[in-house]
Amino acid sequence: MISLEINGKQHSVDVEPDVPLLWVIREHLKLTGTKFGCGIGLCGSCTVHVDGKAERSCQIPVADARGKKITTIEGLPEDHPVKLAWIKEQVPQCGYCQSGQIMQAAALLAADKNPSDEKITNAMEGNLCRCGTYPYIMLAIKSAAGKGEKS
Amino acid sequence: MKTSITRREFLQKSLAGAGIAIAVSITPYGTKLLSAEEAAKEGPDFSPNVWLTITPDDIVHVIVNKSEMGQGVYTSLPMIVADELDADWKQVRMTEALAADKYKDPIWGRQSTGGSTTIRHMYKPLRIAGAAARQMLISAAADTWKVPESECEAYRGTVRHIVTKRSLTFGKLTEKAASIPVPKSPALKSEDKFDLISSPVERLDVPDKSRGKAMFGIDTFVEGMQYAAIARPPAYGAKPLSFDKDAAMKVRTVSHAVPMPTGIAVCAGTPEGAWKGRDALDVKWDKGIEPDLDTVSLEKSFMADLAKEGITARNDGDVKAVLGAAPKKIEATYVLPYLSHATMEPMNCTADVRRGSCEIWVPTQNQTGVLELAEKETGLKPDQIKVHTTYLGGGFGRRFEIDVVEEAVKISKATGRPIKLIWKREEDMQHDFYRPANVSRIEGAVDEKGRMTAWSHKIVCPSIFSRVFPGQVKDGIDPAAVEGVRNMEYEVPNLRVEYVRIDTPVPVGFWRSVGSSHNGFTVESFVDEAAHAAGKDPVEFRLGLLKNHLRAYRVLETVAEKAGWAKPLQKAQGKGVAQHMSFGSYIAQVAEVSVDKKDGLIKVHRVVCAVDCGPIVNPAIITAQMRGAVVMGLSAALKEAIAFAKGGVESSNFDNYPLLRMADVPAIEVHIIKSKDEMGGIGEPGLPPIAPAVANAVFNVSGIRVRRLPMKPETVLAAMKKM
Repeated sequence: MISLEINGKQHSVDVEPDVPLLWVIREHLKLTGTKFGCGIGLCGSCTVHVDGKAERSCQIPVADARGKKITTIEGLPEDHPVKLAWIKEQVPQCGYCQSGQIMQAAALLAADKNPSDEKITNAMEGNLCRCGTYPYIMLAIKSAAGKGEKS
Repeated sequence: MKTSITRREFLQKSLAGAGIAIAVSITPYGTKLLSAEEAAKEGPDFSPNVWLTITPDDIVHVIVNKSEMGQGVYTSLPMIVADELDADWKQVRMTEALAADKYKDPIWGRQSTGGSTTIRHMYKPLRIAGAAARQMLISAAADTWKVPESECEAYRGTVRHIVTKRSLTFGKLTEKAASIPVPKSPALKSEDKFDLISSPVERLDVPDKSRGKAMFGIDTFVEGMQYAAIARPPAYGAKPLSFDKDAAMKVRTVSHAVPMPTGIAVCAGTPEGAWKGRDALDVKWDKGIEPDLDTVSLEKSFMADLAKEGITARNDGDVKAVLGAAPKKIEATYVLPYLSHATMEPMNCTADVRRGSCEIWVPTQNQTGVLELAEKETGLKPDQIKVHTTYLGGGFGRRFEIDVVEEAVKISKATGRPIKLIWKREEDMQHDFYRPANVSRIEGAVDEKGRMTAWSHKIVCPSIFSRVFPGQVKDGIDPAAVEGVRNMEYEVPNLRVEYVRIDTPVPVGFWRSVGSSHNGFTVESFVDEAAHAAGKDPVEFRLGLLKNHLRAYRVLETVAEKAGWAKPLQKAQGKGVAQHMSFGSYIAQVAEVSVDKKDGLIKVHRVVCAVDCGPIVNPAIITAQMRGAVVMGLSAALKEAIAFAKGGVESSNFDNYPLLRMADVPAIEVHIIKSKDEMGGIGEPGLPPIAPAVANAVFNVSGIRVRRLPMKPETVLAAMKKM
């Protein structure tokens, strides 16, 4: 059994230690907001916060997540400025990558309340969106910036 | 916002007097409106394509028969109903339709989503449905107040008596309205009375999608389900020589190993169990049907086929004679690669096949295809099969295919368990139905006055339709292979279009904007080359060929004006233009680029897009679709190409099939032209012009014609060194 703290709640899962955290979150614990896209850490769909930092959950063996605070899209407050900005700017199209985009953006704004365009672009470089919502993501991050978000 | 209401529940609710319901039936004789009661009596032959119901709690439920893959139909279709109904938008909910004859697209006679047709096909039936319900609610209110109907009007979810200012909400009128006969031909609103249509209404799916709550296919859970993974052949047509079933069965939670037509499936209680079990199979494959197939051999075959005589798809005037006598002749060969859809949600399907029932949850663009497949695989009747359409994590044509459904149904049937089948990214990329590669040779002639007098266009391209809709291949011509060329807007007196069909083991399918995704590039690159040969400005030259094609003319003129075409750009920047009509919409784009002389890297700074799609429903969605299509088209133009090796696909994931990322995205301005012309589509037509606009801009700044996609830095650099 492996113990995990996700969204402030303790979970105990019966899985092998090498199973990627992503699959434990999604399929074992049914927190399906976190998505599978590539499995090699190149698309960002599986982004969660591990001790406040944006990480690719497909690249973390579940055993390495023990003792860490994990936050998924479900654990980000409903009134979090990034979630609200995503709605205000009407970012999503198909929506599949957006949980990962939001988690990445929330971590960025937690570290830098008012990032430059260049900083935003650098921070979001690992998150793919096949629908091409990037211009809206940029707008939403700017709109959420400086509004005191915490992860 | 979505609610869960099945058609049966809906009928029960409606028939119990708890609400009114309208079905629109498209018959060979026209549109027919029926109440829920009449609809129930119609029996199995009744085929309404859309439903709306109003319940006593004032909620308007719209059942949507089209798939939501990002293009906004879960919002735009309810908008149409709500506007005609004069509903309060806050009280409108949508429910996705199950797969059933009742929900077939009235034009196609199939329930599926594609070809940028959703609004075009559903606009009229939905307006009629909304208008009929409005008229019934007004009748019910007039009857309640004992006043003439002409003194009553519907307004945002209520009916008002204009004189006395009394009002009743829709919910309070449902019981009485349900007993009123459905009007045979309800009056539609005049367009100046639209409240929602043509407004940038916020999308109904955005809140859930911004909170991680939208349920995609991959998010399906069914009691007792097993996970499946499939070991697939690395080369086309390869068969297994051996595999270690015992080793797979020893992996934790593995329950079955099932040989399938497409590989060997392993089922387990957990996803990791299924994948480990699959790897443990250690399948040895034979070399497949064409072991020497690779990127180079494929391109050689295409090039060789350029020498073949094709089938003539269009032949105006005498191209041969005019080309032969032309004072100025131009010639170019263009090469475009196979492309992957790369939807962010990999292919997946959950199926539960039992004795006497089958239930499927799938992100699909093709409900009718799924239903027919399930009937064939299970031997069950359509009413024993339930097909749930989830949200689609991208579609782009890939989800018109039902290969993953066939696998899930077969595995569930073989194991007797509900099965969730998830493809890994590598499977998704290597077992796609690709956007066809295309090699085209074009010859043209320009006369002394700089007029285009001849255009000869030979297309070597695989056929999508011969597999998907063979009935639409007429005289050997695949309509997708020649679209955008055979019907080009330019008026050239001598025009010949020739199609050489090439068959390879690589399966091809619909990919956003289909044939226009490659033909738009060749036509718009070549017309630019012709403009240069004629010594004319690229916009002016095109306008000269469009004098009788007013929509194309206007959209090009608009984009030139909005982009400031006549004004000089910053130093070391170039501009390029392209226009293309597809799916009934006219789009023109101007791209501003620079090219790094050191490494050949193309940077796109700004894209201006003008669109004429006729009457519009939601301008915010149109703008988003244009921007998205520009990004996807730019990704293909600059980055994407499927590589082949050893008889199969070599590209496997985003490391060797890169997509465009945020840093490469330009500023994209969209200008929607007010147009009363025929309505066009919006999901696809924004894509074709961007690649040629960028290539033409690269020429403008560097003098290099890029005739091969993607426009890789090394290709540009090599060309620059040759200059």
